[in-house]
Amino acid sequence: MKGAAAPVRNAARGPAAAGRAGGHVLLRLVVLVVAVALWQVAARAHASVYFPPPGQIAGRAHELWFSGPVGRLFLTDAAVADILPSLGRMAAGFGIAAVTGIALGLAVGRSRWAYALCNPVLQFARAVPPPALVPVFVVVFALGTPMQVASIAFSAVWPVLINTAEGARGTDPLRLDVAAVLRLNPVERLWFLLLPSALPRIFAGLRLSLSLSLILMVFSELLPGTADGIGFTLTDAQSRSDLLTVWAALLLLGVLGYVLNTALLAVERRLVGRGRTTA
Amino acid sequence: MKRLRRRQELWLGLLGVLLAFGACEAVGRAGGGPPPEQPPPYQIHAPPRGVGGGAGVVRRSYLPPASEVLARAVELGGDRAFLDGVGATLKAWALGLGLSVAIAVPLGLLLGSVPLVDSAVRVIVEFLRPLPSVALIPLVSLLLGTGTETKVALITYACVWPVLFNTVYGLGETDPLAKDTLRAFGFGRLSVLLRVELPGTAPFIAAGIRISAAVALILAVATEILSGFGEGLGIFIAQAGLATDGTRDVLAGVVWAGVLGLVINGVLVWGERRLFPWTPERRAGGRGGRP
Repeated sequence: MKGAAAPVRNAARGPAAAGRAGGHVLLRLVVLVVAVALWQVAARAHASVYFPPPGQIAGRAHELWFSGPVGRLFLTDAAVADILPSLGRMAAGFGIAAVTGIALGLAVGRSRWAYALCNPVLQFARAVPPPALVPVFVVVFALGTPMQVASIAFSAVWPVLINTAEGARGTDPLRLDVAAVLRLNPVERLWFLLLPSALPRIFAGLRLSLSLSLILMVFSELLPGTADGIGFTLTDAQSRSDLLTVWAALLLLGVLGYVLNTALLAVERRLVGRGRTTA
Repeated sequence: MKRLRRRQELWLGLLGVLLAFGACEAVGRAGGGPPPEQPPPYQIHAPPRGVGGGAGVVRRSYLPPASEVLARAVELGGDRAFLDGVGATLKAWALGLGLSVAIAVPLGLLLGSVPLVDSAVRVIVEFLRPLPSVALIPLVSLLLGTGTETKVALITYACVWPVLFNTVYGLGETDPLAKDTLRAFGFGRLSVLLRVELPGTAPFIAAGIRISAAVALILAVATEILSGFGEGLGIFIAQAGLATDGTRDVLAGVVWAGVLGLVINGVLVWGERRLFPWTPERRAGGRGGRP
């Protein structure tokens, strides 16, 4: 979204914009520091239990998760017990959703008949708010990791599937004719034609799926009866009215979300190339 | 590949729905032991085709057949208490979505038209956005209790981002020639904003609102499921999930949630086409629907 918008606006602003770019980075940094400082001052002045100052929050996060031995990358036991299971479940769910979604999406998108056949069902599946399905998975799998992975995978698969199908459907007919003339076999056609032309849409779907996976990871851990995970840390701290830990967990999740999004965007830039990303 | 006609597409879609319905029915019926009261004999003699010879995939009490779920969903349509719950959910949905639009559109216009403010605020926005909104449920319930306020606050927070980003993006896409023309005729900054930029951005804002509408439904249901009491569609689902044989009710609630999502999306897409007929489909900003 940003990447596509920037050139247009820079062009409109003229050559001066390039010179100002460095200033903007500095400005951002200053604004960030000022914002955090203001928050710190305001929180200290108010001394409210509900809004602890950011310094304390960061301190608690460090003490809880990142004050471990050097040999374990500074991770504490609590970090190993809470963060790793969450990340593992999310990776498993997102991985299953991505692989299934891309494979089925290509299969569905390749034929107009299959697309017409599946489209209404897919639209309905996408329209269901994923948290509503979690109780169903609780009944089928009971509480625990399989239920959580299934919830994540089942919720995250639809955006990838639908976007991949639409991407594969949008393949240039001329190129398909060329492929027919060159007598590409189905595997070659898939690899050289369908996959590259669907790639921008696949990544648009993957980005949606990633944020859904993160939401479902937290949501499935917030349910009563979970034993570990970042979401469990949240509910546990909430029940003890330990606001500082709640804020620390939020900080951790925010950083996690930021890192995961940035990583996916980096992969997308590598595979799709700059300027070809879709909104 | 031959193009399909509209009629054919409709029939194929209907067939697909029927096939999916049949598959769910088969999975439900193929389930292990029939309920103790009325053992239907045909299940033992003639297991449905397509599912491995009656060797239960899922116990019947666990996943009821699709027809029973659908019947229950229709029955719920006449249930006063259930409809009140759906109404409560929709009220929070509408309030939250409305508030987020009221916040995000002016903010987006400001960010999009003043580059200095944009690059200053963007840092904060980039740090707030990746936080999964569901994670805020425990904090906000501690602050506001478990009423409508909590739902509305969470929905507002989650829905601001798609509208905000689409507004800023749309503003960058407006025709520079039209802006310059107006400026050349001596129109001020505000006039240009209201006469060219806002109408040009409106389709993008609408697409953002459509995405936010789905996000709002997710947040409404998620908050309700976690809070567990009061009234609402999510609460109906949560309570049915706790009941010993409530899976049919859970699934009926899911059907309602899905239909709500479809109807909301359908109405918004229809509205977009009516209001902005000049926008080609492909320009409609954030594609793909979900958050």
